[in-house]
Amino acid sequence: MTIEVRRTRVARAIVWPAGQTGALPWALPVGALVVWWLLYRSLAPAAAAISYRLLGLGRGTRLGSAVEFFLYDTPKVLLLLVLVVFAVGVLRSFFTPERSRQLLAGRREAVGNVLAAGLGVATPFCSCSAVPLFLGFAEVGVPLGVTFSFLIAAPMVNEVALVLLFGLFGWRTAALYLVAGLTIAIAAGWVLGRLRLERHLEPWVREMAGTHRARHANSALAWADRLRAGVEAVRQIVGRVWPYVVAGIAVGAAIHGYVPEGLLAGVMGDQWWAVPLAVLIGVPMYANAAGIVPVVQALLAKGAALGTVLAFMMAVIGLSLPETIILRKVLRPPLIAAFVGIVAAGILVVGFLFNAVF
Amino acid sequence: MQMQVLGTGCAKCKQLVANAEQAVRELGLAVTVEKVEDPRAIMHHHVMSTPALVVDGEVKVAGRVPSAAEIRILLAG
Repeated sequence: MTIEVRRTRVARAIVWPAGQTGALPWALPVGALVVWWLLYRSLAPAAAAISYRLLGLGRGTRLGSAVEFFLYDTPKVLLLLVLVVFAVGVLRSFFTPERSRQLLAGRREAVGNVLAAGLGVATPFCSCSAVPLFLGFAEVGVPLGVTFSFLIAAPMVNEVALVLLFGLFGWRTAALYLVAGLTIAIAAGWVLGRLRLERHLEPWVREMAGTHRARHANSALAWADRLRAGVEAVRQIVGRVWPYVVAGIAVGAAIHGYVPEGLLAGVMGDQWWAVPLAVLIGVPMYANAAGIVPVVQALLAKGAALGTVLAFMMAVIGLSLPETIILRKVLRPPLIAAFVGIVAAGILVVGFLFNAVF
Repeated sequence: MQMQVLGTGCAKCKQLVANAEQAVRELGLAVTVEKVEDPRAIMHHHVMSTPALVVDGEVKVAGRVPSAAEIRILLAG
C-alpha cells in the first residue's frame, strides 16, 4: 500500500500520512493525547520543584507563592487551551454559517431561540462577519429575535473563557458560565423578538427579508480534514491569545502574592450596586477572554463576589463596542439600544442570581 | 478579469486584499483588486462569512484568508 503524504496550506507544519480514502490517522491524535496527559500530570510537581528547589525560594513566602502560581498555571492553562481549542475546531468543522442558517430557516420563536443559541456557540463565527451573517439570516426569513439569540451566544459563550474557567476554578464555574451565557442569549433574543422591532431595521434590510431560499449542499469532510481544521484552530487561536494568557496570569500571580485578602470585597463584593457598576464598567471595555479570565481569578481570590465578577466578564466579552458599530450598518439606533440594553439586563440578572446563591 | 474582496473592513479583509494584490503582481496581471464594503453589495453574492474573494462574479473563497500562493493557483486554474 502506498501512503500518500499530503501537505496542505492550512497545516503546513503538520504532515501526517493520509490514506487515499481519507481514512482517519488514529495513531497520531491518540499518541498526542497520551503525551498531553503525561505533561499535564507532571505540571504541579515540576512547578514546585523549580520554585523551591531550583530557585531556592522559601515556601509560604509572597514571592515563592507568586512564582509557583505562575509556573504552574501558565503551562496548565496553555495545555488546556490547546486541547479544547482543537476539540472545538474539529466540532466546528461540522457546522458552517450556511448550514446553521438552513437549520434555522422557518423555525418559530422559542424553539428557534434555543436552537439559535446552541448553533451560535457551535458555528465558527468572527464578529467581523456579524453583518453578512445577520443579512444572510434575514434573507431566508429567520425571525429577528432568533437571529439575535445567535448573535448574542456567539461571543458570549467563548471557548477560551470556558477553558480558563475550567482550568482555574473547576468544572462547576465553567458549567455555570456556559448555562448562564446560553440562558441570556435565549431569553434576550426571545424578548427582542416579542418587542416587534422590525421597523427599526434599515429599510433595505426589511425589504430583503424572506427573499431567498436557504439551500446548502452538504459537503462531507474526511476525518483527516476535520483534524486539520482542529490544528488550524489551535494555530490561529492559541497563536493569537497566548501572550494575553501569560500576561493575565502574571497579573493574577502578582495580585495573588501581594494584594491583601479581602481588599476587593468593598468594591466588587455582593452589595446591590456592585453588579450594575461592574456591567457599566465592562460594556465599553473590550478585551479578549484570554486576558480577562486570569484577572478575574485574582479578583475572586481577593474577596470579589462570583456574581459581580462573572457579570463584569460577560459584559467585557459578550457586548463589544466594535460589533455594535458594525451592526449599525443594518440596525437603526433604537434597535441597537434595545439589543445592548436587554443583554446588559440579562447579565445583571445573572450577576444578582449568582451573588444570591453563592 | 475582475477581482473583488468582500468584507466590512476588518483586519482579515485588509490582509486578503494585500494577498490578492501580491498574487496579481506575481502573475504579472493587469488587474486591480476592488474592495467591496457595502453590505448590500456583499449580499448580492449571498456570502455569509467574510472576507470573501470573488473572481469574475464567482465566489471562490469565503470566511478565511487564502495565502498569495493559493490565490495564484486559483487564478491560474
